[in-house]
Amino acid sequence: MSTFYFIAFLSIFFSILVISAKNPVHSILYLILTFFTFTVHYILLNAQFLAIVNFIVYMGAILVLFLYTLMLINLNKESEPVKPFMIKIAGVFGGGILAVAIASSLKLLAKSNPVVLQNPNLGLVKNLGKVLFNEFLLPFEVSSVLLLSAMVGAVLLATKDPKTA
Amino acid sequence: MGLDLIFRIVLIVIIFAISLVVAMYSTYAERKIAAFFQDRIGPNRAGPWGLLQPLADGGKMFLKEEIIPTNATPFLFIVGPSLAILTACIGSAVIPWGQKMVIGGHTVDLQVTDINVGVLYIFGVVSLGVYGVMIGGWASNNKYSLLGAIRAASQNISYEISMGLSIIALLMLTGTLSLKEIAEQQHGWNWNVLHQPLGFLIFIVCAFAETNRTPFDLPECETELVGGYHTEYSSMKLGFYLFAEYINMFISSAVMATLYWGGYNYPGMDWVLAHTGPAIGPLIGTVVLFAKIFLFIFFFMWVRWTIPRFRYDQLMDLGWKILIPLAIGNIVLTGVVSTVLKHFGF
Repeated sequence: MSTFYFIAFLSIFFSILVISAKNPVHSILYLILTFFTFTVHYILLNAQFLAIVNFIVYMGAILVLFLYTLMLINLNKESEPVKPFMIKIAGVFGGGILAVAIASSLKLLAKSNPVVLQNPNLGLVKNLGKVLFNEFLLPFEVSSVLLLSAMVGAVLLATKDPKTA
Repeated sequence: MGLDLIFRIVLIVIIFAISLVVAMYSTYAERKIAAFFQDRIGPNRAGPWGLLQPLADGGKMFLKEEIIPTNATPFLFIVGPSLAILTACIGSAVIPWGQKMVIGGHTVDLQVTDINVGVLYIFGVVSLGVYGVMIGGWASNNKYSLLGAIRAASQNISYEISMGLSIIALLMLTGTLSLKEIAEQQHGWNWNVLHQPLGFLIFIVCAFAETNRTPFDLPECETELVGGYHTEYSSMKLGFYLFAEYINMFISSAVMATLYWGGYNYPGMDWVLAHTGPAIGPLIGTVVLFAKIFLFIFFFMWVRWTIPRFRYDQLMDLGWKILIPLAIGNIVLTGVVSTVLKHFGF
């Protein structure tokens, strides 16, 4: 239990650093650490497959691409857009409303019944694969079609228009 | 239990030491092999046949002046090479170095840890390896370093996909993600490369790309990028980057030997095991594994001094337009063939 609280503390700590870091590249590096703490959470829950996939896909691929994009953007002070005073006021106002909404919803929060895991080994690769390909085959396949359509869309956006090229 | 832990710690220390020594002498081997290919003599001044050359090089690296550029981000500038060497070293944790050894009634596993997602662990460590290069290249605050880092990132991401797809075809045959079980299945002569020749070909090409070895060493292409991502580095921090490459080469050779070339298995191993006993027999398997690893390391060097570097667009074309379709085709072929063979009762 104390491990959980320590890791949870680290997750929240690094998440706060993500949004408070001045330099966007530092912010991405903190995000990588945040995702690493998530991996540790999954291991604590005995969800090995989820842990390692989170490690490979989020830390190893998606955040590398984030970092890649940010490194190519000119992040100098001079190129930063100057925000008018009114927009800052509007931002503070919007943030305040969001804080009120979160605070009021937290006040109504009731403790739900804890979910009891029937099989503690559910997170192992073999069991997870069996569940995914028996019980949840249709949603699994449909989500892969969703990913495929996103991929086709991305390729379509990236191809040159034959008229303008 | 206590004894088990001690054995394990000893094993970790031994593997760490071996990785470092192999990496150290790979630099020597590389220079000697390059010299052989180019009809030169190579290093021959420090010690007999130049055998002390790596030590001299290491001493030089340690004693050189430590320079951190004025405009660099100091913390990340140090984190870069540290991360590179860390990710290079942790990959060896799941590789089975030999069969179970029995010493004085105690069974010793020649593997640091057998997690049941071992293959994915290796894959995760590989995908993490690019951060060392990227962070170092960015923190140097130099355009050449940044371009090198960006090339490394795009190259790693592109080749990871085909590497993963080639492993999937292998996993369809083995049915397990544990490297220990994969090694045990290849007992004797039943090596996976005989079942997955195309998969192995794709894997080894991707391994070259992931370790940034020629012909895929575009991140440090000196004709275009001065020194690539490590242009600003000096002394031992540069040494760490170079060293990480050799450790990566050692680990990826070990992974290839384990996944495809039978690991510690060799024909007639049962006969040898029966005649040498359970304390010595497994060590012979370990020696065989190391012989395979050294052959792969030699192959890495052979290719480096034979084939020139790709152009960047050729690299991307090879990764996306040739290797990925080939790997997907390999998966389909493996599925069809194994189903048909099962149907006819093989």
